[in-house]
Amino acid sequence: MEDNKLLLLGDEAVALGAIHAGLSGVYAYPGTPSTEITEYIQSSPLARERGIHCQWSCNEKTAMEAALGMSYMGKRAMVCMKHVGMNVAADAFVNSAMTGANGGLVVVAADDPSMHSSQNEQDSRFYGKFALMPTFEPSTQQEAYEMIGEAFDLSERYRIPVLMRLVTRMAHSRTVVTVGKARGQNALSYPANPRQWVLMPACSKERYKVLVREQADFLAEAENSRHNIYVDGADRSMGIIACGIAYNYLMEHYKAGCPHPVLKVSQYPLPKKHVARMAQECESILVLEDGQPFVEEQLRGVLDNGVQVLGRLTGEVPRTGELTPDNITAALHLQDAEVYPPSTLVVPRPPALCKGCGHRDMYAALNEVVREYPDARVFSDIGCYTLGFLPPYHAIHSVVDMGASITMAKGAADAGQHPSIAVIGDSTFTHSGMTGLLDAVNEQSNITIIISDNLTTGMTGGQDSAGTGRLEQICTGIGVEGAHVRVVVPLPRNMEEMKQVIREEIEYRGVSVIIPRRECIQTARRHKTMKNE
Amino acid sequence: MTTDIILSGVGGQGILSIATVIGAAALREGLFIKQAEVHGMSQRGGDVQSNLRISSEPIASDLIPLGQADLVISLEPMEVLRYLPYLKKDGRLITNSTPFVNIDNYPDPQEVIAAIQATGHAVVLDVDTLAKEAGSARAANMVLLGAASPFLGLEVSKMEEGVRQVFLRKGEAVADMNVKAFRAGLEQGMANLAHGMPG
Repeated sequence: MEDNKLLLLGDEAVALGAIHAGLSGVYAYPGTPSTEITEYIQSSPLARERGIHCQWSCNEKTAMEAALGMSYMGKRAMVCMKHVGMNVAADAFVNSAMTGANGGLVVVAADDPSMHSSQNEQDSRFYGKFALMPTFEPSTQQEAYEMIGEAFDLSERYRIPVLMRLVTRMAHSRTVVTVGKARGQNALSYPANPRQWVLMPACSKERYKVLVREQADFLAEAENSRHNIYVDGADRSMGIIACGIAYNYLMEHYKAGCPHPVLKVSQYPLPKKHVARMAQECESILVLEDGQPFVEEQLRGVLDNGVQVLGRLTGEVPRTGELTPDNITAALHLQDAEVYPPSTLVVPRPPALCKGCGHRDMYAALNEVVREYPDARVFSDIGCYTLGFLPPYHAIHSVVDMGASITMAKGAADAGQHPSIAVIGDSTFTHSGMTGLLDAVNEQSNITIIISDNLTTGMTGGQDSAGTGRLEQICTGIGVEGAHVRVVVPLPRNMEEMKQVIREEIEYRGVSVIIPRRECIQTARRHKTMKNE
Repeated sequence: MTTDIILSGVGGQGILSIATVIGAAALREGLFIKQAEVHGMSQRGGDVQSNLRISSEPIASDLIPLGQADLVISLEPMEVLRYLPYLKKDGRLITNSTPFVNIDNYPDPQEVIAAIQATGHAVVLDVDTLAKEAGSARAANMVLLGAASPFLGLEVSKMEEGVRQVFLRKGEAVADMNVKAFRAGLEQGMANLAHGMPG
C-alpha cells in the first residue's frame, strides 16, 4: 500500500485532516460516536511533535470556550463532541458566531440517529442554522478528511466558526483515505477586531448586523461548493436531495447512475440555486437525510404550496431512526430483495455491566437498603451505571442528561421526597454535577449522593476522568460536611459496611456524599497489560 | 469481485480483530473496503456486529442491504441467526457452535444449530475447542477467520501472513499460536468446501 493511503474511521479522517490543516489544539469531552477523533490526535506522533493540545476537557462547554480562546490567539482549534454535548456547549457555541473566530475554529458534532448509544436523535444541523454558522456534512471519509481543511480555510476567510456534522455511520465506518501533505501551524496573532470579542449590547448590535449580512456570502459559498453537486437524470417525475451519508444509501441502489436528478448536499446553508432548479425541473422532490427532517421542513415551509416534497414528514421515509439502504427503497419505488425471514429463535441480548464491575456491588448494596424504604427514589445519570435500570438491578427511576441526578434528587427533596438518592459517576460528576451539588449544599437539601467512582470515563472506553484523586476535596470544598463524605470499596466482602454507610447517610438530614471507589475492571486490565509490556 | 460480510458475536468476544485482518489483506490486494463498526463499552455483553464490504469496484453504502451478505461470520450461534435476513439466498453462515449464554431466555442450543444447518450453506465448528488445541482459548477469532478464509475471495496465503503480522508485535510465540489456530479453522472450512456444499 502506498504511504498516502490509510485505512481510517470517519473520526480518524477528521482528526488527521485537522492535524494536516495545521491544528494547534483539540478540545473535547468523550462521547460516542465522537471519541475517536480526540483519541487519534492523542496517539498521533505528528501531533506530539507539533505540540498539539489534546487533553480531555471537563465538559463540552469548557472545551468550546478553551478552543475559542485558542482561536482568539490566531491558532487553529477544533472542538469535538457527541450531539447532546452541543446542548452543554450551546451558550459558548451560539455566541462564538457573534465573537467570530480569529484562527480557524471548527466544531465537530457527531449525531447518533437511531440512538445506538444516546438518549435522543437531535440533529446538529439545526444548531448550525440557529447560530447562523456555515455547516459541513461529509458523505465519505475522504470527503471528511478534505473538508476539515476547507472548513478551517472558510473559518479564517470569514472569521467565523464552522460546524461539521457527522453521524454514527460516518464516524464509525472505516475505509481507505488518500491523505495529502501537512500544512504548517498558524503563528500567534491577536484579533484585528477587538470590539467584536466583547459581547456587550453596543458591540453585539453592530456585530449581529454583519453576521446577518454575511449569510449571503455563506450561501454563495455553499452554492459554489464542490461538495454540493447536481447531477441531472432523465426521469424528472422525482428529483432527489441526498444529504451527507444518505447519498451513499441512495447510490447503493444505482451503481450505474441514478435515473432521477440528484442533488448531493454536504455544505449548508442549503444551496438555494440548486434546490430552485430541481423544483423547476422536477414534478416532486424526495429528501433523504439522516436525522431530523431539517432540509425537508425548509423546503416545505409553513405554506407547503409549492412543489410536492416527499420524505420523513410524508411517510415515504420512516419518521424516526437512522436511514439505511433498506428503508429508502419504498420511496425510490424499488422492489425489496427476497430475504430469509428473521429467525424466531433469536432473543434480545442487552448489554450488561461487566462481571466484577464495582457499579454492580454498589447497586447490590443500594438495592438492599432501599428495600427498607418503600418510597425511595433513585435519580441516576449518564454512564455505564445507567445499565442499573435493567435486570437484575431495576435500581433507578430516572436518567436524563449529564448531571441531572443530583439536581433532580434536590428538586424531588424540595417537593418532600425522602429518601431522595442520586447515583452519578465520577466523570459525569465533574462534567456537570458539581454546580448542582453547590445548589444542594446552599439549601441543605436532604439528599444522598452516590458518586460511583471507577477512576475513569468508562462507557466511552476508559478516558481520563477530570477529578480523579480529588473527589473528596471537591465535595468538601463545595461545602459538604467532611463527616458526610464517606468512601467505601465496592466489593462483595464489604457488603455489610456499604449497606451500613448508605443507611446512615439516608438517615442524615442534609447533603451527604458516598463514594464507592474501585477502578473500572476494563481500565485496570489495560493498565496491567501496559505494565507487563 | 465483491464480498459483503457481516461479523457478529457478543461484546468482548473480539469480532473486530477478525475485521482488522480481513481489512488489511483486502488493502494489500488493492481492493475497496468499507467497514462499519460498533463502538462503546456499553455494548459489553450485548450483541455486536460489524458490516465489512470488500470489492474491486467503489462501494457506496457503509451498510450492507438486506439479503445481500455473502457471509455471516459469528463467534456465537444465536448471533449468526440474528442477521439471517441480511444473508443472500445462496450466502453462507460460518459460526462457532458453542453458545455464549448470558441471558435467561437463551433458546435451545440444538434448535439453534438445526436452524443454522437448515440454510444448507453453513460451516459450523467448535471454535473454542480448536482454539484451545492450538494453544489458547483467546485465539478463537483466528480459528473462525481460518474457517471463513476460503470464502472471502482473498488469497488464503496472504490472509495467513496477515494474521502473523497482526500478532507479531505480541511476540513470535503468540504469532505462531494464532497462525496455528487460523490453520485449524482453515482445515474445517476447506473440508466444507470439498464436500461440495451448495453456494
